Amino acid sequence: MTDQPLPDTLCALAAGLLVLAPLAIAGLALINAGLGRSRSAAQSLVGSLAIFSVAVIAFAVLGSVFAAPGGATFSVAGKPWNWIGGGHWLMGNFAGAAPERQLQILFECLAVALVGLIPWGAGADRLRLAAGIAVAVLTGAFLFPLFAHWEWGGGWLASLGVNFGLGAGFVDAAGAASIHAIGGLSALAIVWITGPRKSKFPREGLATAMPAHHGPFVLFGCLLALVGWLAWNAAGAILWLHAAPSALALTALNTLLAAAGALMATLVVTRLRFGKPDASLCANGWMAGLVTSSACAALVSPGEALFIGAIAGVFTPLLVELMELALSIDDPTGAITAHGAGGLWGLFAAGLFAAGRGQFLAQLVGIAAVLGLFLPLIYGLFTVLNRFVAFRVDPDGERLGMDLHELGGGAYPEFVIHRDDSYR
Amino acid sequence: MKYAGLLVMPTGFLIAVAALVLFPDPARRGVFVVCGLVLEAVGLAVAVRGHMPGARRP
Repeated sequence: MTDQPLPDTLCALAAGLLVLAPLAIAGLALINAGLGRSRSAAQSLVGSLAIFSVAVIAFAVLGSVFAAPGGATFSVAGKPWNWIGGGHWLMGNFAGAAPERQLQILFECLAVALVGLIPWGAGADRLRLAAGIAVAVLTGAFLFPLFAHWEWGGGWLASLGVNFGLGAGFVDAAGAASIHAIGGLSALAIVWITGPRKSKFPREGLATAMPAHHGPFVLFGCLLALVGWLAWNAAGAILWLHAAPSALALTALNTLLAAAGALMATLVVTRLRFGKPDASLCANGWMAGLVTSSACAALVSPGEALFIGAIAGVFTPLLVELMELALSIDDPTGAITAHGAGGLWGLFAAGLFAAGRGQFLAQLVGIAAVLGLFLPLIYGLFTVLNRFVAFRVDPDGERLGMDLHELGGGAYPEFVIHRDDSYR
Repeated sequence: MKYAGLLVMPTGFLIAVAALVLFPDPARRGVFVVCGLVLEAVGLAVAVRGHMPGARRP
């Protein structure tokens, strides 16, 4: 890592990569729609577009102020603690910024859209469109920018190396913390506040299985996400770590290996647990592998990336099952596990395997900030928001399906939807 | 229960941050950061337990 400005060739390469990065968002939107029920598919995809738009606008108007370098600093024990950014409203300084900074802002604009989509998937089949949009505004204007400033805008987490000798400070090249861990914890807060889908957890017996309505959507979404992630991780390595061109192939290779290791591990685990591989859980495992690569693809060797992905692939199906059967957490898309737990594991593993004295401790402090500060903050803000914009659809809307209730038309108007015994 | 767990979690974060300022020694600093994370995990477990449907029943 160096403080020198990026050469023009690397800026051009990063710009090209960022053009491909939205494929990760497209992939996630397809996964969210496919893992939900058929009567909520159109609402899921329209919501994805709305959340993308609103989150980007909220970030452009207000969030970019908090995410920018500089801003407010206070001193503790003689060390500066920069905790919030100080940019210009509505990106007023964008045209005058250096090309590298412009690309960083573009990276953050795309990232904020991805953060908004993660909890949207977890609230599938009962989270109202208005609530999803309100959550995206809050995320884009405040939650994501605050953490993005801490880790990318010269904030206190980025300065842990300079101030306390902890390696290179908290390192997260492609947003495992600011995008995925925060998105996953937002998903947990949404699920807690909205509650489970009707009849998901009957008073007696096991949880009701509500399988994905469109497996090909989900699995094609995984493939699209891979392309987006390859671009995202490489662009992040250039923009936030100032990686040399020679390191980009390794970053891409590690991304592939983490995803491949995770998928194979999930496939084996589900084969052993259920007798056959489970397609939905394999998709969750694949995504968890990609998420772990966001933290560590630019920092570890190929063997380590494969190992880190494989561990993610092992715990993903087990944690999804634990949350559903033991903890009564209804997360239709597995977002809490794939993005939340996957992101935290990736950050931990990056500290475990990355070179540099004190790097592991810096990563632990970053994890403590995400988990200990952001989860209660997110939960508190969402609880207040729920008082003004009700998160959960009314029972009649849930019975009809989100498409008919919120959009007035279904995603598959020529299909005959079978009677749902759970609503007798 | 659920609010108690969520209120414990920032305490763990503050312990982790305080360790950076109070302890120059890497070993003690590391121990306190880990203690902060353990406290966060306890808070999370309490919050999860508090949100389970059984916990809401009388």
